[in-house]
Amino acid sequence: MNDRTPAKKPGLALWLPLILFAGFFALVIWGLVRPADREVASAFIGKPLPQFDLPPAIDERPGLATSVFKAGKPRLLNVFASWCVPCAVESPQLAQLAGQGVEIDGVAIRDRKEDVARFLAQNGNPFARIGKDDLSQVQLAIGSSGVPETFVVDGKGVIRYQHIGDIRPEDVPMILSKLEEAGK
Amino acid sequence: MIAELGLAVLWMAAALAVLQLVAGVLALRPEGRQIAGLVRPVAVMQGVLVAAALAALITLFLTTDLSVKLVAENSHSMKPFIFKLAGTWGNHEGSMLLWVTIMAVAGGFVALIEKRLPENTLIATLAGQSFVSLGFYAFLLLSSNPFQRLPEPAPEGAGLNPLLQDIGLAFHPPTLYVGYVGLSIAFSFAVGALVTRDVGPAFARAMRPWVLGAWIFLTLGITAGSYWAYYTLGWGGWWFWDPVENASLMPWLAATALLHSCSVLASRNALKAWTVMLGVIAFSMSMVGTFLVRSGILTSVHAFAVDPERGSFILALLAIYIGGALTLFGLRASTVTEGARFSFVSREASLVFNNVMLCGILGIVLVGTLYPLLTEAMGVKVSVGPPYFNPVSAVFAIPMMLVMGVGPLLRWRQDSLDGKRAGRVTLPVGVCALLSAAVLLGVELMAPQIKLLPALGLAIAAGLAPASFLPLRGRNLRRTPLATWGMVFGHFGIAVALFGMASESAFSTERLAAMRPGDTQQVGPYTVKLEGIGPVAGPNWTALEATVSASYAGAAPAILHPQARTFSNPPGNRTESALKTRWNGQLYAVLGEEGEDSRWQMRFWWKPFVPMIWYGGALIAFGGLLALLGRVAADVRRLVATGKIAYRRSRKAQLGVGQ
Repeated sequence: MNDRTPAKKPGLALWLPLILFAGFFALVIWGLVRPADREVASAFIGKPLPQFDLPPAIDERPGLATSVFKAGKPRLLNVFASWCVPCAVESPQLAQLAGQGVEIDGVAIRDRKEDVARFLAQNGNPFARIGKDDLSQVQLAIGSSGVPETFVVDGKGVIRYQHIGDIRPEDVPMILSKLEEAGK
Repeated sequence: MIAELGLAVLWMAAALAVLQLVAGVLALRPEGRQIAGLVRPVAVMQGVLVAAALAALITLFLTTDLSVKLVAENSHSMKPFIFKLAGTWGNHEGSMLLWVTIMAVAGGFVALIEKRLPENTLIATLAGQSFVSLGFYAFLLLSSNPFQRLPEPAPEGAGLNPLLQDIGLAFHPPTLYVGYVGLSIAFSFAVGALVTRDVGPAFARAMRPWVLGAWIFLTLGITAGSYWAYYTLGWGGWWFWDPVENASLMPWLAATALLHSCSVLASRNALKAWTVMLGVIAFSMSMVGTFLVRSGILTSVHAFAVDPERGSFILALLAIYIGGALTLFGLRASTVTEGARFSFVSREASLVFNNVMLCGILGIVLVGTLYPLLTEAMGVKVSVGPPYFNPVSAVFAIPMMLVMGVGPLLRWRQDSLDGKRAGRVTLPVGVCALLSAAVLLGVELMAPQIKLLPALGLAIAAGLAPASFLPLRGRNLRRTPLATWGMVFGHFGIAVALFGMASESAFSTERLAAMRPGDTQQVGPYTVKLEGIGPVAGPNWTALEATVSASYAGAAPAILHPQARTFSNPPGNRTESALKTRWNGQLYAVLGEEGEDSRWQMRFWWKPFVPMIWYGGALIAFGGLLALLGRVAADVRRLVATGKIAYRRSRKAQLGVGQ
């Protein structure tokens, strides 16, 4: 058996690692830029929201605490960030929901006050309350792995539905029916 | 003040890294000879400065200086001391600072003590090391400054992720880091050797202690991480093939292969290009692992570390270093001369086999980890788990472990299995193989419900355990080199860990029950009784705690306290399982939720011999430590001897002059 070093024919074999690495690189680049829709069946449906009390993300709206969700009426909890493009894409749908009387609360992930304010000024502000979650602590505690995500929470503070990714126009009736279901 | 000082020395260290790179590159040209003397002292000074920066950050965390953004976001004045300390690296910025610190200190150490390599290769190595460091300095200073102040101090810190508030985990990341970064030294050596086209035994001997050291830390880190997942996550499993676990396993596999090919190169001057490539791959795997954890490209339990922007930065570094090194490899490897030849039955051949199998497993794990991403690119969503990893990696692991029993007994270059060597090699290995076969037969006859893989695991462990001691046969044990002892312990550790894994999957029993206080359940040989449930409080958590009495086969009961903890800052929950360890296994108890009818969900497992997995891991690391001590001691002896010879020469010369 010879040494594995091909001395006479350097050939393609020596470039194989680089080629494989290029493949890996292309794959993860694609992975980084792909739209964030990871449909994982949520383990948090049917679970109560964890205890949290977030400071306000902007001056115009109060912060967000768990107690808000126990007032008897189903609400939406929207996890968003000013740096998230799909969040801007879903804002007309949130506005539409808010226009139909749905109460929506927001959690701004890893964000700055001025950025959130600018984002809301550009895209409209459907939120009753916005909590500031700089370390994704509440986000992780409610089982959300990305932005945007929207939770239907019933009047007792129990998570009824988790929508991963942006709310498309065709999702709006479904969200409304989930809210209705949660209100029963 | 301390924060500003820390930032200042960090900038200075980065500046020295630039100097080290520039001076190193210039010194490799014929006209830059005079500057060569600069490289070593600069590398040492860079290590000192960056260590000072880390010390500054640790001080800030220990004193909970809430005017520093990082401290306010990750620490809390009420936290126990040890978690304040661990908080230093329990976040992105701090862990990156720890990374460059280990890297620079290791580089300084190389500059200080490495005397065997030709000076050019060493300078190329140090230049390469500073090139790699520079990327991380840029990352720290430009996008994740750990010393950034808040406009006004926070009233209180935000705390540390509850999952991380665990003593095992406080030291798990730095352990893995030392391992990853140790491999960066091997990487720099490989790059240095490629640049100067100087791949030989001296290069392998210089690189080997670093690979060994990194490998020991990786082994310990993986073992500790596995035990942490086992008792904290409350799932009762010890390895989940989670992307992040895989990210730590892949560098270990590459480092194990590198370790073995290094010894071939050091002893026999063979496998040159292969060793250099493994040196590049091992560190690449560390960086790929870091990237996978940090970028959030794969969903995993470690999602707390995720940030896409940082992911892109690490990816850019990855492209520069790994792409660069592999391009260099493609260009230069053909000019690395062919090494010595060897025959099919020889120690080299068995080590090559081991290397190929390890790389096979590495490939399997890498493909499995990236597969969800790959299929998603084609529009299908899958998740890859144990049903893929276990059998497919076994295809490579089993032949590897079989050859592991024989390889260490073979001679270098050429050996035979009959004639005079039959008594030394074939016969004892045959006895071990018979032992394996007997165990396999016994398991199949007496417990046919046990699946094939655990049964094979039990059988191979039974044969490999005695076989790993065979290299000591017929040797004077007091004169056997430490490195040989290290190999024996390392291989024996593999057998022990394999036995634990196989036994866990073959014999575990699980009991899931809804219990009221006073109820009893039977799990394996244990009778468990739920005595009561009450609230308890810790420094920064409250918990419901069950009191469970467990009696082993009628013996006096032991009391266990599984808890469900709720952390207040930051908010979060964690189950704290309770374990009762005996010599022959472990009882594992988890407190679940309260049901509708005031009954509690309790889960119990009886896992025979499961601690062997981690004892095995510790044994493997201990073997590595022995080998490292043996190598270092030999190096020190050689250094002392050369020193003495030089001293005698100089004395003789002096006396000669005096006469």
